[in-house]
Amino acid sequence: MGKIVAGIGSSHVPGVGRAYDLGRQESPAWKPLFDGYVPVKKWLEEEIKADVAIVVYNDHGTAFFFDRVPTFALGTGDVYPIADEGWGPRPLPPVPGDSDLSAHIARSLVEDEFDITMCYDMPVDHGLLTPLPLLWSHDPEWNVKVIPFAVNVLLHPLPTALRCFKIGQAIRRAVESYPADTRVAIVGTGGLSHQLNGERFGFLAPDFDKEWLDRIVSDPEGLTKLSHDELMLRAGAEAVEVIMWLVMRGAMSPEVVELHRNYYAPLVTGMGLISMVDA
Amino acid sequence: MDIPGTYVFDIPRARRGYGFNRMAYSLQDPANRAIYLEDELAYMRRFELSEAQVAAVQSRDWLTLIKEGANSYMLMKLGATIGVGHYHQGAQERGESYEEFLATRNVPGAT
Repeated sequence: MGKIVAGIGSSHVPGVGRAYDLGRQESPAWKPLFDGYVPVKKWLEEEIKADVAIVVYNDHGTAFFFDRVPTFALGTGDVYPIADEGWGPRPLPPVPGDSDLSAHIARSLVEDEFDITMCYDMPVDHGLLTPLPLLWSHDPEWNVKVIPFAVNVLLHPLPTALRCFKIGQAIRRAVESYPADTRVAIVGTGGLSHQLNGERFGFLAPDFDKEWLDRIVSDPEGLTKLSHDELMLRAGAEAVEVIMWLVMRGAMSPEVVELHRNYYAPLVTGMGLISMVDA
Repeated sequence: MDIPGTYVFDIPRARRGYGFNRMAYSLQDPANRAIYLEDELAYMRRFELSEAQVAAVQSRDWLTLIKEGANSYMLMKLGATIGVGHYHQGAQERGESYEEFLATRNVPGAT
């Protein structure tokens, strides 16, 4: 049967992708960020050996425009192209999917009363692509298949934190009812504190970020009680996307063991990284 | 809740910004970026931007564009086309020069 073998939380920031593509992993300004991922990537490759990564992310007006906005969207394709967000596509190979597992997850979620938008052909942007090469290898091909799971965190009203947690629990039920012995890692992306609009642009909240990293491990149900307003007030308007980490956390067991953690806030985003396994 | 200096992107704001955002969204296509750079005003006229949005694009007035319903990620796509980085846009939204803004950051070199 399918099994959730690892949970990861990671920020997604376009500047990180650019620094990666320019080979700035060792530069003083970026090393504290990239170094945090090195042991996690090694652990994933040598110990976790996931067949599939479900990456919970948000599209940034790339595949979806504001003419139609799905609250929850599941990739169901065999391959996802690298999006051109305006700078040209990043030099990464297209991301392979697992259409059979996607089909199973789609059926399971809908039977479980979580209705989703199904996306067979969809480019993926920095929401998914920022952490992916920091966690898995892509030379010359990706060493993991990916199922994108997109959450609307752009156009309010957004799903609640609790709804995100519950759909994560439903994703776990879906994976565990899959007949094949597929090893699945789940990655929640986004956050931590940041704001990208208005006079409050650049708002950072390291105290909130530390609390979030602690409680995503020890008190996820407490985090599900936070309102969007409270998250935006305490951590910045775009920080509301941390609710996507709760999808990941909902897919883990109630008790987890934290294995890695990193935090770096050089410019406008508190960039967090955490890994965990079921206790 | 009203958070000072914050423009929460909801349905009324998306409605207000639709013309500008639709135009910026189209700039994901490199062919459209080339056409835009050839004649900015003519390109904008192909979409239903308000006159306030057209004027704000022409004057690179990012805070006004946000107030007129621009989505931050669409500002980024326009910025990518015209060569204005998002931190430059953000600095201006804060009412600061880029250098003043960087001086407020923990690691200004991480651009």
